[in-house]
Amino acid sequence: MMMNMVSAINSAMDLCMQENKDMVLLGEDIGKDGGVFRVTEGLLAKYGEDRVIDTPLAESSIVGAAIGMALAGLHPVPELQFAGFMYLSFSQLVNHAARYRTRTRSAMSLPIIIRTPVSGGVRTLEHHSESPEAFFAHPGGIIVVEPSTPYDAKGLFISASHMNDPVMFLEPTKLYRLFKQEVPDSMYEVPIGKASVLREGEDLTIITYGTMTSIVSDVVEKKKVSAQVIDLRTINPLDEKTILDGAKKTGKVIVVHEAPTSFGVGAEVSARIAEKAMFELDAPIMRVASPSFPYPFPAYEQYYLPNANRIGAAIDKMLSV
Amino acid sequence: MMLKGVFNANIYYMQIMDENGKIDANLFPKDLKDSTVVEMYKKMSMARQLDAKVLSLQRQGRAVTYAPLIGQEAEQIGSAFAMRPADFFVPNFRQHAVYMARGFPLDKFFMYWRGYEEGDSIPKEVNGLPVAVPVGTQMPHAAGIAYAQKYRKSGAVTIAYVGDGGTSEGDFYESLNFAGVFKLPLVTIIENNQWAISVPRSKQSAAQTLAQKAVAAGIKGIQVDGNDVIAVYKAVSDAIRESASGPTLIEALTYRMSMHTTADDPTKYRSDDEVNAWKAKDPLLRVRKYLESKKLWSDELEAKMLDENLKAIDAAVDKAEQFKPDPKSMFENVYSFMPDVLKEEEDEAIAANFWQG
Repeated sequence: MMMNMVSAINSAMDLCMQENKDMVLLGEDIGKDGGVFRVTEGLLAKYGEDRVIDTPLAESSIVGAAIGMALAGLHPVPELQFAGFMYLSFSQLVNHAARYRTRTRSAMSLPIIIRTPVSGGVRTLEHHSESPEAFFAHPGGIIVVEPSTPYDAKGLFISASHMNDPVMFLEPTKLYRLFKQEVPDSMYEVPIGKASVLREGEDLTIITYGTMTSIVSDVVEKKKVSAQVIDLRTINPLDEKTILDGAKKTGKVIVVHEAPTSFGVGAEVSARIAEKAMFELDAPIMRVASPSFPYPFPAYEQYYLPNANRIGAAIDKMLSV
Repeated sequence: MMLKGVFNANIYYMQIMDENGKIDANLFPKDLKDSTVVEMYKKMSMARQLDAKVLSLQRQGRAVTYAPLIGQEAEQIGSAFAMRPADFFVPNFRQHAVYMARGFPLDKFFMYWRGYEEGDSIPKEVNGLPVAVPVGTQMPHAAGIAYAQKYRKSGAVTIAYVGDGGTSEGDFYESLNFAGVFKLPLVTIIENNQWAISVPRSKQSAAQTLAQKAVAAGIKGIQVDGNDVIAVYKAVSDAIRESASGPTLIEALTYRMSMHTTADDPTKYRSDDEVNAWKAKDPLLRVRKYLESKKLWSDELEAKMLDENLKAIDAAVDKAEQFKPDPKSMFENVYSFMPDVLKEEEDEAIAANFWQG
């Protein structure tokens, strides 16, 4: 049936909770309110308050309690209301979620899916538009996924539910209701750790994910350029093979993301291409990302976010080399 | 217009066995046999010997930075004896006696303090978590485990440990609050050993007791003599028995007789007078006096026990020191699967013998 990303994730959670009686959801306003974006709507009525838990307003213990639940054999799905508030749980994420398996040499593991809305473009107040993926990809130990379509969102969530690892599931706010897509009603998996080639092309390769995928696709379409467009989908672990294949195929690479340019995912992608495919490139790698400072207030975001004009200019420049 | 009191709270202090080994017969737990008190004493002694051993190994360069437990044996052994096999404990980094009393293999204990993750993989039957180094961060885990126990209607209880310094952390408050809201079977023990490295208890909080922090979370709270193994046993047993009605916070007043870890020098920040005053309240001494008064202990039994304990300790140290680490284990226990990018890093390291020449 046709689903937007909200209904696709809702459907995934519903199916996973049916399948696994040990899956519980916890977070702020996820019960009666159905979550501030309605992603958990209807699940309280269906599964009861023991499994759809409205917690006190305290992010560190939402993640910390989820870690305890996972250690005791449940499969918790904590929701952090906005990525900008999740930093209160940073210690739990990097000191415990990332480390439990390695510190116990796999005697203990943490099946957890940490959900949070990310990124901007929707004119919200400060702290509601952050793109934190690089923080959580960096230490290792936490799988980081960021779907850009309803189909991928549902399939990635279901894959995550079958893994015995902490998975950070980043949901781009702007894409929640941007478009609908045909999505199967039943269970299916989209593999974690595998990028998707959105479009085959010959002249340049654009590597992107999250909010930027639909903008990149639009620009490529309008400009009628032959571009290989790759949606990473999983940030950690990176699908290096698809990245390198794309780079070698066209010899020209632009990495596009919404998070700030410096020390971002684009740096990691570019470094891997430089290490392993530099002599197959025809031009220096370009990055198109937000400037290297914190996300601005909503009235300024149109000057901050990479948009179609900027991506188009980068494509022109790359093709002129 | 109106002005009226809307809430009152009272915190009780409990001591059952005083410094001379005299007991309060009314408070002494009816279920506690003298033979169990003998066992408690043996475990407390073992804990002290273990502690001395790691300290000595550390000074010889055979162990890493170590957090000694001397002085806190009663509070740890009393609580460990109150736990039932299915109950689950959540430690910080100084619960050596709890691990030992719960049957954690001694060689693994030494492996942890020699710096190997293999010493932090806790066997299932021990029913406890690994060491948590960042202060207070283990507390929400305890709340989550207690949630799962209640969700499964298992009847089991979670016992969490935190220091006086840890009560200043946000995670401490968050976990008590979480446990209070959901009426979880959680017993939290504050090991108030008076010092958080160099900062005294008086600088952690203006609250007169740490037990009263239970009041704000809407849960039960009590203060006990943490050097009295019987009082700790009773307080924890009572809290476990009443856990169906919600969590309890127990403040155990004790003293860190030694350094925070082998990396600091307590003479820099506290007086000998203070330390000597606590020596008189030694948790082992009073149990021995009690047992001797009942003709249940003697110098001969003491010598025999110390010798047996030492033999077990030495055997465990030998076993731990024979462990041969495999650096591949670092790479192979990060995820439930091996990502290509990590495999490549591992292969490169293996090919170069981990750059060990």
